[in-house]
Amino acid sequence: MELICPAGTPAALHDAVAVGADAIYCGFNDETNARNFPGLNFSREEMRESIAHAHRYGVNVLVAINTFARAGNVELWQRAVDDAVEAEADAVILADVGVMDYCARTHPQQRLHVSVQAAAANADSIRFYVDSFNAKRVVLPRVLSVQEIAAITREVKCETEVFIFGGLCVMEEGRCSLSSYATGKSPNMDGVCSPAGAIQYREENGALISRLGDFTINKFAKGEAAAYPTLCKGRYQTDEGCGYLFEDPASLDATTMLPELRAAGVAALKIEGRQRGRAYIERVVKTFKEVLSALDDGRPLPVDALRGLSEGQSNTTGAYKKTWR
Amino acid sequence: MQLTLGPVLYNWKPEAWRDFYFRIADEAPVDVVIVGEVVCSKRSPFLEPHIPAVVERLSNAGKTVLMGSLTLMSLPRERKAMLELAGDDQFTMEVNDLTCLGMLGGKPHAIGPFVNIYNEATAKYFASRGATRICLPPELPLSAIRAIARSLPEVTFEVFAFGRVPLAISARCYHARLNKLSKDNCRFVCEQDPDGLAVTTLDDEPFLAMNGVQTLSYTCASLLGDIDKLRDAGAGSLRLSPQQCDMVAVAQLFRDVIDGKLAASDSAAKLSAIYPLQQSNGFLFSKPGAAFITDSGDVRRIVPAA
Repeated sequence: MELICPAGTPAALHDAVAVGADAIYCGFNDETNARNFPGLNFSREEMRESIAHAHRYGVNVLVAINTFARAGNVELWQRAVDDAVEAEADAVILADVGVMDYCARTHPQQRLHVSVQAAAANADSIRFYVDSFNAKRVVLPRVLSVQEIAAITREVKCETEVFIFGGLCVMEEGRCSLSSYATGKSPNMDGVCSPAGAIQYREENGALISRLGDFTINKFAKGEAAAYPTLCKGRYQTDEGCGYLFEDPASLDATTMLPELRAAGVAALKIEGRQRGRAYIERVVKTFKEVLSALDDGRPLPVDALRGLSEGQSNTTGAYKKTWR
Repeated sequence: MQLTLGPVLYNWKPEAWRDFYFRIADEAPVDVVIVGEVVCSKRSPFLEPHIPAVVERLSNAGKTVLMGSLTLMSLPRERKAMLELAGDDQFTMEVNDLTCLGMLGGKPHAIGPFVNIYNEATAKYFASRGATRICLPPELPLSAIRAIARSLPEVTFEVFAFGRVPLAISARCYHARLNKLSKDNCRFVCEQDPDGLAVTTLDDEPFLAMNGVQTLSYTCASLLGDIDKLRDAGAGSLRLSPQQCDMVAVAQLFRDVIDGKLAASDSAAKLSAIYPLQQSNGFLFSKPGAAFITDSGDVRRIVPAA
C-alpha cells in the first residue's frame, strides 16, 4: 500500500521525501485547495521545483485542487489544473465536477483522482467519476466501515485511497456547511473549516472558553486539556444533557486496522495534516514506514507508536469500526 | 417565480405525513412538491404505503411531483432502491447524490440541494446530462446564484428560502448516539423530534438542530425579504422546507410577496407569527449563515416576540 503524506510547505515536502514517503500531496497557495491557511501551500515556482525534487527521488506528487470553483471565476481553478499539469504533477486531486470535466477534456492524459471532498461514498457514485472523467483513484470519505471499503474496492474500476491518521471529519466531507454557518467561511468554497481567524479564547472564573464566530464551542475546567475548537468536536447541550454530541475531540488513528485495509485491497493510505509542522510530518511518516514494513514482514505491529503525536487527545478508529455509528 | 415544497426532512408519523401532503395538495399555492425520504433509509418503509395516494392527490391538484433520492447511500439495499426509483418512468427524480446520475442514463431529472453545484461550469455539465431543475446548495451567496442562473436560462434554478437549513450529513446517527443507542438499533428515536432537536451552546444560545444522521441550523432560513434580489439574480423557484407549522400559511405568505400583494417589509413579522423561530439569511450575503441581514445591511437577529 502506497503511503501518501501531506506537505503544507516545500520544506515539509523535502522532509517527507527524505524519510521515505511514497507520494506527497500538496496544493497551491490560494483558495483552490482545501487547506487554504495563511503561510501555507505552494507558489507556482515552488510547486515546479518541489515536484522536480520529489521526482529525483522517485516520489510522486499529487496536487490537490479540491475546493469548489467560485461562480464567475472558474478560470482560477482551471488555471490551477493547467499549472499542475505543466509542473508535471503525478495526479491532480479534484472535487468539483466542472473542474473535473475541464481537466478530462483539456488534459486527457493527466491522471485524475477524486478528492474526499467529492463525497463519493459508494460504488455507483465512484463509477460516475470513472466513466465521466476517467478517474484513476478515489479518496473515500471517513464515514465508511472497513467492510464497506472492501466491498467498494472489489466493485469499482479504480483505486481506492483512505485516511489512516490525523483529523477526523465526522460529517461526510464536501457536504458540510457547519463552519460557514458559524463563521461565513466555507470548507467547500474557501477551503477552511473552523478557521483560526474566527476563534477566540477567554478565561472566565478559571475556565477557558473557546468560541468560533459568535458561538461558544467548548469550556475547559482549570487543568483540563483544551482542544482546538473544531465545530463538530465541541461540547453542546440538548434537553437530554450536555457533552460531545457529535464526536469527542479525538484524532483518527487506523494503525490497528491496517491488516484489514490491506485485505480490503486499498491502494493508498493517506495521512491528514497539511497544516502540521515538519517535525510532525517526519515522525508520522517514519512511524508508518515502520508499521507498514512490520505488516509486510508479518511481524507484530508496533503498539501505540503514535500516541505521543495525538497532543494529549484521544484517538479513534472512527467509522472504520461499524460500532462507531 | 415558482414555489417548491421540499421533502419532509424529519421522521413524521406516517399518517401525519400523508395528511400533510393531502392538505398541501388541496390548499397550498406551491407549484412543485418533492416527495420521499431523503435523510435516512431506515425511515422509508413507513412512508412507502402512503406514497401512491399522496402522489395521486398532489398530481390531481396540478402540482408537479418529484421523487427525492437519498442523500448519503452506502448500503446495497439503498442503492437497489434508488436504481428502482431511477428506472421508474412514472416519476421524475430529484437527485441528491451522484450515485443516481449514472442510473438515470441521461433521462430528464432535477438536482437537489445536496449535490455540489457551486459554479456555472458544473451547472452546465449537469444540464448536459439531463438536469432541468437545480436547487442550489443553501450556502451559496447571491453573487454565485446570479452567475450560475444567468449563464443557463433554460434551467430552472431554485434557492432554499424557508426552513431549518440542512448543514451536514453523517454515517453516524446523532439522535441514536444521544440516546446511547447504535444506528442499527436506533428505535427510531428521531420521531420524538418532528421539527428537529435543538442543540444549544454551553451559554444556552440556540445553535444547531439534530435530525438523525443530519445536522441542521437552529435558525429558520427566511429569504422572504430578499425575493426581489433573488428574482433579479435569475432564481426561478423558491424552496420551502416543511417544518412543524402551518406550511400552507407559509406558502401563501411567500406567494403574496412574490405576486406583490404584500410588502416584503411587512412579511418577517407575519412569518414569525406563523413559525416563531429566529430567522436567518446570512449565507445569501457571504456572512455567517446564522445571521440575519436587513435591507440596510445591518447584521442582526430576528427573535420572535415572546
